[in-house]
Amino acid sequence: MTKMKTNIQFRINKSKGLQLLVIVLAFACVIPLLAILAYIIRAGITKINWRFLTNIPKPVGEVGGGIVNALVGSAIIIGVAAIIAIPLGILCGVYLSENKKSRLAYWCRLCVDVLQGVPSIVVGIVAYFWLVKPLGGFSALSGSAALAIMMLPIVVRSTEETLKLLPDSLKEAAFALGIPFHRVILKVIIPCGFSGILSGVMLSVARIAGETAPLLFTAFGNPYLTTNITKPMHSLPLLIFNYATSPYNDWHDLAWGASVILLVFVLVLNIFTKLITQRWKIQL
Amino acid sequence: MSPTANKNSITLSEQSLGVIDSKSKAGSLSARALGRSGRQIRMEGLFKRTLVLMGLIMVILVFGILITLIVESVPSIKALGLKYLWGRTWDPVQDIYGAFPFLLGTLLTSFLALLISVPFSIAVAIFLGEYYPKGWFSNFLKNTVELIAAVPSVIYGFWGLAVLVPIVRSLETKIGVPPIGVGIFTSSLILAVMIIPYAASLGRSVIQMVPSPLKEGAYALGATRWEVIRSVVLPYTKSGLFAGILLSLGRALGETMAVTMVIGNTSQLPTSIFAPGNTMASVIANEFTEADKAVYLSALIELGLVLFLVTTVINMIGKRVISRFTND
Repeated sequence: MTKMKTNIQFRINKSKGLQLLVIVLAFACVIPLLAILAYIIRAGITKINWRFLTNIPKPVGEVGGGIVNALVGSAIIIGVAAIIAIPLGILCGVYLSENKKSRLAYWCRLCVDVLQGVPSIVVGIVAYFWLVKPLGGFSALSGSAALAIMMLPIVVRSTEETLKLLPDSLKEAAFALGIPFHRVILKVIIPCGFSGILSGVMLSVARIAGETAPLLFTAFGNPYLTTNITKPMHSLPLLIFNYATSPYNDWHDLAWGASVILLVFVLVLNIFTKLITQRWKIQL
Repeated sequence: MSPTANKNSITLSEQSLGVIDSKSKAGSLSARALGRSGRQIRMEGLFKRTLVLMGLIMVILVFGILITLIVESVPSIKALGLKYLWGRTWDPVQDIYGAFPFLLGTLLTSFLALLISVPFSIAVAIFLGEYYPKGWFSNFLKNTVELIAAVPSVIYGFWGLAVLVPIVRSLETKIGVPPIGVGIFTSSLILAVMIIPYAASLGRSVIQMVPSPLKEGAYALGATRWEVIRSVVLPYTKSGLFAGILLSLGRALGETMAVTMVIGNTSQLPTSIFAPGNTMASVIANEFTEADKAVYLSALIELGLVLFLVTTVINMIGKRVISRFTND
């Protein structure tokens, strides 16, 4: 009798102990993120001032360098990538949600899956051969194209998932009014799924804003301010990579400041997306 | 459903046009209406073709990537053959190309990272899926873990360089290996953090799918909480958890920037897990723009091709396992 009792006591204790272990391990995952956030904000927030935001980097040893070239470059590269990827991605998502069973849709879905898993460096290589070599030099445009390829699967997926949630009766009602197919899609279906699609777009922008690897041999980087998309251009992640791996403290400081800006931008976009998707309950 | 509905809409609008035509005296109005509707019908066809085109573009894009990689790596396949992948020396200056150090580096970092991260990601999955599926507490954990995936990899790399490398260096001095700091172990640590969310979020959703009658049956037999998890939840979800781990592995294999920054970038065969090395992705990132010979460049692209094929196969297996799990 006592033996059985101790046995049960042992099982209960084991269960409790392992539950505690699971809780500890689960919360240990939060520590690195908080450590990174705290460290980067502490190291970088003091570096950000007006001059930092409006000057181009100065040579090592001179004070007062800034990162305006990377800020402008990032904005342009991401903007052009979005212009390429958003219409393509949304229309492809519409195609997938309208043609659920066709053979092309099956292959298309497979390709979206593949594209989602392609390592970013491989996208960089491909963009190099598709755009950099034919155009005869590194350019911001080729960087945008590489980032657009990385954006596409997220936009397609979120569009398809959102449109799947819309009731069929909505479309049927529109057709019953005699509205042609393209107007039903553009004026009824897409506006109804707008916030879901928007969250996908925001998520994809957040994902590519921090991508460095595809830009290494496409946009390449440029120490001066430029707005010409056929020329090499700097971007925030490239600047962080170049300056973080350099031996100079001045450049490290610039990289810390740039890291804070990039991190805050990406996290804010992600949190916004979370808020929208929680209302829509879509899985991205 | 849509094509039939469409045809209906067309015939309907034509009928209504006919009605207008017969009743209205103003011929110009009906002509205008007819013209407009003709344009609408043409637009409709155009729109549908555009949609199909978009689907085609996705397929062409992926096959284009594959074909470009294959075509560009042909010179190295021709010149070096299959033994390229087993060659132990990488010395572009003397035209010796052997990718084994990078294959080994990639495998070591990825599997070490998996080994470190799996206990944590499974713990998160069990915590969110079984112990505390609801409430602000678990919501907070869920969102924070998902944010881990959002932090750009170059920032992980920078942080690793500034914080993790000195820590690893002092650890290495204590256990008596050369205190370099950068190396395979450091990059595995960074990778381990970066890949937690992938296995964790998938694991959470499969654990939540375990039918409660199964668990209740086990409780009714007198099982403790842990025994339910061990002998009902985990066996039931093992294929889903496996798929999550595969997706994590796919991420780890292709991760470039964070690894490049902390792995040390030497092309020697790594001698221990603390030694510096190179992965396939990091060697491409480092040497692609410096590759001055055709075979050199092509050898790097062949690495990219291998990376593409391996990650694609791993992701496809993972996706297949998940879809089978959710359909069952």
